[in-house]
Amino acid sequence: MKSENLHASQRLSALVENVHRPAAAQSTPMQPAPVAKSQENALTLKQSQRRRGFSLPLSIWASLFVLGFFIFCALFADWLAPHDPVANNLRARLAAPLGMPNAQPDFLLGTDALGRDLLSRLIYGARVSLTIGFVGTLVGLLVGSLSGVLAGYLGGWLDEAIMFLADALIALPFLVVALTVVAIFGSNLGVLVVLASFSGWAGYTRLARGQVLSVNQQPYVLAARSIGSSSVRLMLRHLLPNITAPLVVMATLGMTSVILLESSLSFLGLGIQPPTPAWGAMLGEGRDYLHTSWWLGVLPGVAIMLLTMSISQIGDWLRDLLDPSMRGA
Amino acid sequence: MARYGLRRLLRGLVTMWLVVTVVFVALRISGDPAKAMLPDDASVAQIEAFNRRYGLDQPIPVQYALYLRNILAGDFGDSLREHRPVTELVSARMGNTLLLGFAAIAIALAIGLPAGILAAIYHNRLWDRLLTAGAFIGQSIPNFFLGILLILFFSLQLRSLPSSGTGTWQHLILPAFTLSTGLLSSMARMMRSSLLEVMRQEYVRTARAKGFSNRQIILRHCLRNAAIPVLTLFGLSLGGLIGGAAITETIFAWPGIGRFAVGAISSRDYPLIQYIVLLVAASVVSANFIVDMLYGVIDPRIRAERA
Repeated sequence: MKSENLHASQRLSALVENVHRPAAAQSTPMQPAPVAKSQENALTLKQSQRRRGFSLPLSIWASLFVLGFFIFCALFADWLAPHDPVANNLRARLAAPLGMPNAQPDFLLGTDALGRDLLSRLIYGARVSLTIGFVGTLVGLLVGSLSGVLAGYLGGWLDEAIMFLADALIALPFLVVALTVVAIFGSNLGVLVVLASFSGWAGYTRLARGQVLSVNQQPYVLAARSIGSSSVRLMLRHLLPNITAPLVVMATLGMTSVILLESSLSFLGLGIQPPTPAWGAMLGEGRDYLHTSWWLGVLPGVAIMLLTMSISQIGDWLRDLLDPSMRGA
Repeated sequence: MARYGLRRLLRGLVTMWLVVTVVFVALRISGDPAKAMLPDDASVAQIEAFNRRYGLDQPIPVQYALYLRNILAGDFGDSLREHRPVTELVSARMGNTLLLGFAAIAIALAIGLPAGILAAIYHNRLWDRLLTAGAFIGQSIPNFFLGILLILFFSLQLRSLPSSGTGTWQHLILPAFTLSTGLLSSMARMMRSSLLEVMRQEYVRTARAKGFSNRQIILRHCLRNAAIPVLTLFGLSLGGLIGGAAITETIFAWPGIGRFAVGAISSRDYPLIQYIVLLVAASVVSANFIVDMLYGVIDPRIRAERA
């Protein structure tokens, strides 16, 4: 929903730009405006694409840096973390970050209520968020686009059934669905990954199906069919490549919701179980120590926000780059 | 219109039936309901009594029929922890959650819609940029983090608002605002973009050419037309509000259903969970139904199409 919303405003600003620019041209009333306008649009579209393609805006550099930094942390957590993230040290409980009163030189960002090193837990927490984010998004994307392509291509009762399921799932708040599943099946990494994959499934299915329905009527697909291409060949060679871009964009934007789903569940104590360090859970535990050690709640929150904001920035930018059709009309 | 409404109602009922069935199936897949619904140290006699009461000694189709009959009769069972009917326990907390939810919706609409309109009127000027940036942050910040920041600032730094509990209107401010931000930001964004789109329409140009003031044009010609996408988004967001309530109530120790549900899940209080899930599904389905009906009220074209 968030992505549709962004999309609408984006599309709108592109439209408004185009309307405002040729205002000068409109003062000469007899000009064949439509042709001139569409040529101008085509040109600016190409130019803007080229410009966007070669020099990245500063916000994208920053986002890529943040994302890269977190991926680096997740990959090399074993080497980077100064302490064992689950080792209790009751003598160093609730130490403050360096430079504040009650700091301990060993713990750069201080420790939590059990004396565990906050920095190490933050570094390992990146691993949880990114693993679930990437795996959940990827599986959801694969399964969703497959079911969407099948629904759109084959039609019939299969289409009806898949779309009914997708509509029902979109209508229900996914956090509630997730809470129910956790209530019934308990919470472990496997359940969380399945939930994460399922959370975006309906969106990908609907998008893929819609794309297939429109691409299916394109002349090149009709031509391929008329010279006798098989269904599988049609799907793999002609449909899939043409629907990848919007799906990739949607997946990038969807990854933020997957990450937020995991951290919400962990915050409620129903996601990643202690002592495994997950940002959401750390934030939930930190809530009880706000009046003495505010950093325990704030730093994991900052990490979650930095990660999700950078991913959604990259997603917005990818949409502009890969998919002019979503930006244009 | 009536026929359309009837069809939507039927669809809502089908969705409800689907949810009820999925919960039934999921509880059966996950293992022995007696084991799940009774404490671990239940005696054999207790288990048999439980099985008899819920008809679990019957074949599956009979069980399903009994299950449906109990639900239709309003019998959702007793809570495992508190040994009282779940309906009673939930309705005791319902008021708090409704209060929080309606306060959040009121805040979102009271701030979000004017902000969106303002941004559209001052398109590409300072107001627009400030409000758009604010909406982006409001949409990106997770509920649980915002709640913590608000507690830090207003409760611990300024000491002006309570951080937890309920009772006075001051208790309501922080949780209601936290819960509202997602909806507020998306309302503002959608209002802005929808209004901008409408303001480019030809009938608006005509109205302008006829010499109407900007204010008259926006009030009389634009707002109603811009309301449809905003309403759609509003309907879609209500479900998210319910999920958000669980988080918000947990942060602010607000004694509502959300926090209660989280506790029920932690302690695997199945009858309670089942009841709350059905309640949530019912409220989402009816919210969608109401929004669907409102389209026709706002837009005569849709009304005509449906007739």
